[in-house]
Amino acid sequence: MEEILKIEHLKKSFDDLTILEDINLSVKKGEVLVVVGPSGCGKSTLLRCINGLEDIQEGKVILEGNIINPLVDRKSKYREKIGMVFQSYDLFPHKSILENVMLAPLKVQKRKKDEVKKEAEQLLDRVGLLSKVSNYPRQLSGGQKQRVAIVRALIMHPEILLFDEVTAALDPEMVREVLDVILNLAKQQRTMLIVTHEMAFAKAIADRVIFLDGGSIVEDSDPTSFFTAPKTDRARKFLNTFEFEKVH
Amino acid sequence: MGFDVLLKGKNMLRLLEGLGVAMKISLVSVVISIFLGIIVGMLMSQKKPLINVVTRIYLEIVRIMPQLVLLFIVFFGFTKLTGKNISAELSSIIVFSFWGTAEMADLVRGSLLSIPMIQYESSKALGFSRLQTYIYIIIPQVARRLLPLSINLITRMIKTTSLIMMIGIVEVLKTGQQIIEANRKTSPGAAFGIFATIFLLYFLACWPISCLSKYLEKRWEN
Amino acid sequence: MDFEVIKSYIPLFAEAFLLTIKTGWFGIALSFALGLICAFILYFKIPVLSAAVKVYVELFRNTPLLVQLFFMYYGLPILGIRVSAEICGIIGLGLLGGSYMTESIRSGLESVPKIQTESALSLGMTKPQLFRLVILPQAFAMSVPAIVANIIFLLKETSVFSAISLMDLMFTAKDLIGLYYDTTESLFLLVVFYIIMLLPVSIIGTVAEKKARFKIYGDI
Repeated sequence: MEEILKIEHLKKSFDDLTILEDINLSVKKGEVLVVVGPSGCGKSTLLRCINGLEDIQEGKVILEGNIINPLVDRKSKYREKIGMVFQSYDLFPHKSILENVMLAPLKVQKRKKDEVKKEAEQLLDRVGLLSKVSNYPRQLSGGQKQRVAIVRALIMHPEILLFDEVTAALDPEMVREVLDVILNLAKQQRTMLIVTHEMAFAKAIADRVIFLDGGSIVEDSDPTSFFTAPKTDRARKFLNTFEFEKVH
Repeated sequence: MGFDVLLKGKNMLRLLEGLGVAMKISLVSVVISIFLGIIVGMLMSQKKPLINVVTRIYLEIVRIMPQLVLLFIVFFGFTKLTGKNISAELSSIIVFSFWGTAEMADLVRGSLLSIPMIQYESSKALGFSRLQTYIYIIIPQVARRLLPLSINLITRMIKTTSLIMMIGIVEVLKTGQQIIEANRKTSPGAAFGIFATIFLLYFLACWPISCLSKYLEKRWEN
Repeated sequence: MDFEVIKSYIPLFAEAFLLTIKTGWFGIALSFALGLICAFILYFKIPVLSAAVKVYVELFRNTPLLVQLFFMYYGLPILGIRVSAEICGIIGLGLLGGSYMTESIRSGLESVPKIQTESALSLGMTKPQLFRLVILPQAFAMSVPAIVANIIFLLKETSVFSAISLMDLMFTAKDLIGLYYDTTESLFLLVVFYIIMLLPVSIIGTVAEKKARFKIYGDI
């Protein structure tokens, strides 16, 4: 399969504090990567470096052969090709659900309104939210908002999707409805990078698991071997934090 | 440009004395406003219908009536109504306290209502009495919100007291006018120097207080 | 109260009223334009200009309008800058209001969460699109209460225009009290005309605040 995203020797630091050190990663088309690791390990920063929300100090991020960070060509439309969904519900509060989904394709991609509306409704229907098109974000639950955020990213026809702990701020009973949407995307052979704390979900969806600790990639393996036989102590320790011993 | 007039005789001292008159009136009014404002604000936070209606009308009057109009009503109207003269100083203290109390009350009400219910509930759950809840939990939080805002009220009060010259109190602006008038022949440009100085004096009086208010607000933000 | 006197005074007050709202609203329009420009300068951290705006805001927020007007009307002619009382009033109010509007609009802009910028950028919006479509509408809705408060404050501040001999409502009232001792009638008309000037603004303002709040938070 062809390579779609490549990261070479990426270094990210804030002043003296190094967040990411010598990250090398290659993602093939249709691959699903799950990035796990203790909090503060730089998972979210990695995603933010990929779509250029953070500038990087060393190395480069290459999407389909073009360097997108550090960005040389300021007019590059690379961001349309990368869809991102954040942890906090980041819908635009002053726009209805339909407007939220349609805003970027209309204004950024300058697509025709009829066609965009049709696709928006189709996509919203697929995540079970067609009845909410004229509602405002505040009238939706957290899980519903996240599904809209996913649709808003999808309608741009991105080459790759980034999910940054999208269920971390949700009530437990709403986590599933969002994860199901992402599982469906995996079945459609979407290329995805997912940062998550849901280990069962990671096991189910991942083609590869990236274990990040202390700002560098410690393990890069298939999910079965990562979850059953991690190679490093650090990974074992991390996985243990999800287990509970019986008290009685 | 007329700055030389300031150095003549006691002119600078006279200006400062004039500013002192305005400061004294604002200080007295602020103290009264804070004291009465806390009481009225607490009453307002009780959400009693009758108090609600009365205070709403009071606040709306203050909201839409210029202080100068209120000053005219008290200063000229009182004399007309009672036949007795009321001093300009007393009129201004009454009006500025009337205005300041409304402003302060609104701030107190806002701060009291901003304390989430859960604070009262968790204090109760911990076994605090009602009085203890107020002393240890509520008042410290309210005070942190309120203090920067009440300090800010002081600068607004100082600025407002510039109005008292309009009812004939000899404060800094009036003193300035007198100095300009007296030196009309010798330094015709005095108006620039004097008014620039007064502008600066007011700024020097208000700016540090604004800075303090902003600093406290930032520091206690969370 | 003598209603004959009131009736005979109404035309005088009406004329003064028109002058007061004219200068008042021109001043407010000026202050809004000024506030918008200065807030943008601060928000985008434009070098040099930012510092100038900060000095301007502090100077005008920390001095009374009356003093500003005296300086402009009586002080500046010494330097050869001479304008009519009306223009002076409008400019004075505009400068004072501009410093308040700057703060209100700026804090509205800064209250838009960073995640909004990031999600708009990750959807491929350009900076101007992001500002126009995402930041500005939200910031404006957030600023409405402060802008309404500023407008009411500025309309009230017009009452000091009489100090630079602008024939406004205060001037008329003071004149009539001084000339004919019709204190009660003059004060009555003064209050009535200020109510006509400000009560509608206060009511419309409250409605606008609620609408704007609803747009963002969905509650009242």
